[in-house]
Amino acid sequence: MATTKQKILLPAILLANDLLDGDVVFWTERGWSIDPAEALVARDETAAVRLQEVAAAALARGAVVDAYLVDVALREDGLPVPNHFRERFKIAGPSIRQDLGKQAAFAHLRGRA
Amino acid sequence: MPLLDAAGFRADPWHRVAAGEPATGEAVLVGLAELPAVIAGRSNAQRVGVEVANTVRLPELSPFLGQIDLVAIAFPAFADGRAFSLARQLREAGFKGAVRAVGPVIADQFTHLVACGFDEVEVPDAIAARQPEAQWRSALASYGATYQTGYGAGASILERRRALRAGQGAAS
Amino acid sequence: MYRYDQFDEAFVRERVAQFRGQVARRIDGSLTEDEFKPLRLKNGVYLQLHAYMLRIAIPYGTLSSVQLRQLALIGERYDRGYGHFTTRQNLQFNWPKLRDIPDILDLLADVGMHCIQTSGNCIRNTTADHFAGAAADEVEDPRPTAELIRQWSTMHPEFDYLPRKFKIAVTGAPRDRAAIRAHDIGIQVVRHPVSGEVGYRLFVGGGLGRTPMIGKLVRDFLPKAHLLAYLQSLMRVYNLEGRRDNKYKARVKILVHEIGIEEFRGRVEAEFAALDPAAIAADPEEVARIEAYFAPPAFVTLPETSQRLVADRARDPAFDRWVETNTFPHREPGYAAVTVSLKPVGGVPGDATSDQMRAVADLADAHSFGEIRVSHHQNLILPHVRQDALHGLWTGLVAAGLAEANAGLITDIIACPGLDYCALATARSIPIAQAISRRFASAERQREIGELGIKISGCINACGHHHVGHIGILGLEKSGQESYQVTLGGDATENAAIGQLLGPGIAATEVPDAIERLVAVYLAHRREGETFAEAVRRLGIEPFKAGFLATPAESANAAA
Repeated sequence: MATTKQKILLPAILLANDLLDGDVVFWTERGWSIDPAEALVARDETAAVRLQEVAAAALARGAVVDAYLVDVALREDGLPVPNHFRERFKIAGPSIRQDLGKQAAFAHLRGRA
Repeated sequence: MPLLDAAGFRADPWHRVAAGEPATGEAVLVGLAELPAVIAGRSNAQRVGVEVANTVRLPELSPFLGQIDLVAIAFPAFADGRAFSLARQLREAGFKGAVRAVGPVIADQFTHLVACGFDEVEVPDAIAARQPEAQWRSALASYGATYQTGYGAGASILERRRALRAGQGAAS
Repeated sequence: MYRYDQFDEAFVRERVAQFRGQVARRIDGSLTEDEFKPLRLKNGVYLQLHAYMLRIAIPYGTLSSVQLRQLALIGERYDRGYGHFTTRQNLQFNWPKLRDIPDILDLLADVGMHCIQTSGNCIRNTTADHFAGAAADEVEDPRPTAELIRQWSTMHPEFDYLPRKFKIAVTGAPRDRAAIRAHDIGIQVVRHPVSGEVGYRLFVGGGLGRTPMIGKLVRDFLPKAHLLAYLQSLMRVYNLEGRRDNKYKARVKILVHEIGIEEFRGRVEAEFAALDPAAIAADPEEVARIEAYFAPPAFVTLPETSQRLVADRARDPAFDRWVETNTFPHREPGYAAVTVSLKPVGGVPGDATSDQMRAVADLADAHSFGEIRVSHHQNLILPHVRQDALHGLWTGLVAAGLAEANAGLITDIIACPGLDYCALATARSIPIAQAISRRFASAERQREIGELGIKISGCINACGHHHVGHIGILGLEKSGQESYQVTLGGDATENAAIGQLLGPGIAATEVPDAIERLVAVYLAHRREGETFAEAVRRLGIEPFKAGFLATPAESANAAA
């Protein structure tokens, strides 16, 4: 299929929402995970294209919804942090309720800058 | 594309005739531009249908409604609901022939289609493959009654309430 | 209150079974996501940032205590123990799982509720004046009309796949508390000036969003019996003629704008003339059946003013302040309608915990005939409270953390969920509301400023109604940062107006100071008894624009 080639910003991770739970999930070496620390980070275009193929296949299978690549910066401890604030909220949880969302479940998401 | 009505999938007796082709056959489905000529040149027993976009206005069809047996209305997408109103207008104008939905409608819309005056749907193969006959039948059975009077064959909820009141009145 | 009969009950149970089947068919691949999405939206299921969101219909904002307790239960069992009341008088849960939603719908059906048409390109939940049946200025209770529309519009076979969403609001009073001219159709119950007959005045083409517009008069007087036929005609014109090439131009307001109200009215009247209104209308017995559910509760005869209330107010200044702001005159002597504020200082506008919902349900049983309303200001209303009982009620609200005395004041802020929850948002709304609320926390200061409505939306879709806020705030993205545009002079009432932009967007941290400067301009210029909105109407936008654009230092000098 001929598509207009969109520039992929790197490094990037693949995230989606689980079809049945709605929870934000990340593509890892072992499939989908709810922990962003496990996200497979594409550091070059080849790896990013592979993630896009994973996204297309997963959407077609219907296991997840709203799958797309997100460009990130790697924190010192290796945690991928989205460059855009929208996805930072999407991953962490509501900024007004630190007791909810992944920020409540994962210590590595708390106290983010 | 597979054709389906309330009884299930069935063979399509209608032959689509492209512009410029001779309109021969027992039942021919033509475009609105060809329709006057095809009606004028039809043989006695030939049935004529017209296939239109969902943007066609009722007055464009009105002159022909007494002379045709099928109006097929295109659904460019299942969420494009213009044809529901067009079908209603055809029925309110007294059209007694068949009304067909052509395009990617889904089983979940079957009740609405029938309530608005459609008799049959012609869906792409992919949808027919994903949504077999049982799903269309089950969709049709999913509404016992609806609130809108005059849509569909059964009594509306308002009419059922009226009947219930009349029954209670008679019983008391 | 309306209660389901066997037909309503059967209909809603069928819809639950239908949605259960649709979820199963989504999972087994019969339905693609593209096909499933409109179906789930019509059942109130959104996919938001962190999770699914379920929007529950609260028809015309009326709830029973039994229903509110069930919502509390659902919040605890299937969500995170709280819910969010919206500007469309609905309730949203932010964390349900798709797999649980059919069960939630069954629990709702148990108490005569559903999520049908709370989203999607169809006729949405019909809203109404939250003081319906209590307000003294009412020609007639708008809720029987709204209920009739609810039933007629529910899964309407012809109008379930419209070009875009379609919102109808009804008011029974000349004072518009339902923002009818910000809706696709606004309906006002009126008395005919000559015959005295009660009928409807209809506005069409109002709406906020990307292209805000105030509804235009389409029919000055419509006999009541013609309502459904007229609505069918209007919806048909919209369904056939509304634009489908661009979702931002698909609302009926754009069609009305493009062809003009005269042409639009002509097309509707032509459709209407071809219909038989009697065949479409509900028969008089059905209308009477619905009306009977909204008969006034068993009010007792009381003096106009309760001496006990006078004494309670004199003795307890905090209670006195709350009565002053949070009660509304009732048509019955000795009663009041009460606003239960969901806007605690620094809180999330419209949020209530399950415990708070139960507390309100109990207080409604004790003091308001078991009836609760949701206002489009994201507060709850107890519509029928004896003035004698107000102190007892207030004490209960204090215990539940629901006694903020700020209805209509600067901290009674409307805010959409924004980017803290919403997948469509471009910026956060709630933290802005919280920061303003904290800045103006002082009760004395709020009372000195008086009536002032701030409305905040986290994107151009305007769920926070920012265009019609006295002060409106719109969150956008600018150069990778959240940025906020401020508008002034909006009005959601019978004086409906769209606010005007004051200047370029500002950062979140600058918003409270900017609001301070606008308030300072008002306080410096107001006349005796003049509200903020009235002052803006008299003075125009310019002095406020100057105040808004001034640096804090300049503004301090100007006020000095």
